[in-house]
Amino acid sequence: MRISFINTLTELAAQNKDVMLITGDLGFSVFEDFKERFPDQYLNVGVAEQNMISVAAGLALSGKLPFVYSITTFATMRPYEQIRNDVSYQNLPVVIIGGGSTFSYSTFGCTHMPLEDVSIMRTLPGMRVLVPGDPYEVRELILGAYKNRGPAYIRIAKRGEPQVHGNKTLIEIGKAATVREGDDVAIIVSGGQLPNAIKAAAGLADQGIEARVVSMHTIKPIDEDAIMEAAKTKAIVTVEEHNLIGGLASAVAETLVKNGKHIPVKSLGITDEFPTGVGSSDYFMSRYGLTSDNIIQSVINLLK
Amino acid sequence: MLDVNTDTLRERSLEARKRLLRISSAANSVHIGSSLSMIEILEVLYGKFLRVTPNNINLSNRDKFILSKGHAGLGLYIILAQFGFIKDVELSAYAKDGTKLAVHPVLNSAPGIEATSGSLGHGLPITLGMAIAGRRNGWNSRYVVLMSDGECDEGSNWEAIMFAGHLGLDNLLVILDYNKIQSFGTTSEVLELEPFKDKWEANRWSVKEVDGHDLDQLTSVLNSFPFETNKPSVIIAHTVKGKGVPHLENTLESHYRSIKSEELDEVLATVY
Repeated sequence: MRISFINTLTELAAQNKDVMLITGDLGFSVFEDFKERFPDQYLNVGVAEQNMISVAAGLALSGKLPFVYSITTFATMRPYEQIRNDVSYQNLPVVIIGGGSTFSYSTFGCTHMPLEDVSIMRTLPGMRVLVPGDPYEVRELILGAYKNRGPAYIRIAKRGEPQVHGNKTLIEIGKAATVREGDDVAIIVSGGQLPNAIKAAAGLADQGIEARVVSMHTIKPIDEDAIMEAAKTKAIVTVEEHNLIGGLASAVAETLVKNGKHIPVKSLGITDEFPTGVGSSDYFMSRYGLTSDNIIQSVINLLK
Repeated sequence: MLDVNTDTLRERSLEARKRLLRISSAANSVHIGSSLSMIEILEVLYGKFLRVTPNNINLSNRDKFILSKGHAGLGLYIILAQFGFIKDVELSAYAKDGTKLAVHPVLNSAPGIEATSGSLGHGLPITLGMAIAGRRNGWNSRYVVLMSDGECDEGSNWEAIMFAGHLGLDNLLVILDYNKIQSFGTTSEVLELEPFKDKWEANRWSVKEVDGHDLDQLTSVLNSFPFETNKPSVIIAHTVKGKGVPHLENTLESHYRSIKSEELDEVLATVY
């Protein structure tokens, strides 16, 4: 996904000299080509995330279109007040890229595990919150954020995720992508869990259960129509790599409550705790039930 | 750029102080001392230095001024009104229900408000971003930010100070309103800034110190900007919190209280 991000940004930079890449001293082996091709559109501010966000706001106030990159926790939480006051409050076209989903740096400890980024970014007025599930969604959402000319946050995983969508699929900010139709159950998924959800749906089909798979790449503004459409099935399972408080699970539940819809829902994600200990990404995914097998089991339990 | 003569600026400074007391009294608004310490700085900036007028406000390659110490917003509004950016009727509506001018300036709430401030430690990093854009666009614009001494406690400023020095941005000017009183005590008591000049110089800034109430000194130091090529400049302006209102000078209270309507006439008579 990170490669898709930099490739897309490189295209934009070639088209528009106001597009800038700002980094908090990260991007080794990924940003070198951009830096070389567009030295006037590249800025490494050093390991100083508060300054990074405010500088991006200042650049935007002078007509630039900054894309700001750091590891997700440092891009969102360290400079949160700068994001709130300088980007969101001033409604500026600054796009913040969080590199890494919850377990991208699984052996690094919880300092590098974003559990809360989607939740805290979602409460900022005017902020678009995007959690793409494959490299194609990354590309289309970056293009969408560029066209929107407003505050946006994009969290990208970096494990070499496979492409799920065909190259002509319509991916638009605020419009969920239905990857698979199905009437029995709906799996609403965000981010890197998309392939697991699709695999689970195939497994369920083998057992005669038709699952609808909805890629909810935009957490804000949430696609209420897609959720209500999903609610026409018998049950909903949400799947995300994030704390179950405040992310996809909450957005879906809020929508159901707001529309007075009663339906069984099971939410898979990180229970409200720090994933302590050390292990591979798969190790942690398995610990929190973020596997296709557990999605299948969750569906079966719901439909009992 | 205007060239208002110094005697006129002196008269306007007195007028600004009186107006500040009247409006803040009516609005029961605080932070008067913070506005009073920067009056001469703003008069000289708008009267003699900044290439920004109500007529060129829509140009992108003009000078920009950002008030980082947003709590002194009223002081800025009063000067902007004197120079024709804000209408008197808007100024009189300061902080009233349903109007635009808040205690802390908000972007686009009036011409001349270039950024939102109010949370300390944001103005300099934002202005730095503007200065980077200005340089990369080949503009000859100058970017000026007025900071308080207390806000130099904020770490975000030091990130920006280091980075601006590293980039050698000589289109960036910081003016420090060094009135030496912060929210809950003197700067020496709370968090010592000295040796202040050395800290800026160590970060590759070019530093000059002036009496921040002396119009001639301010004019002269601004005329020497940039102080050195390939270095950002900072003016450490030694000021008096509550300046010009004997009742408030050098007091912590000047941060927290306005003048009550029944004592207003008496206080106004002492303003200088």
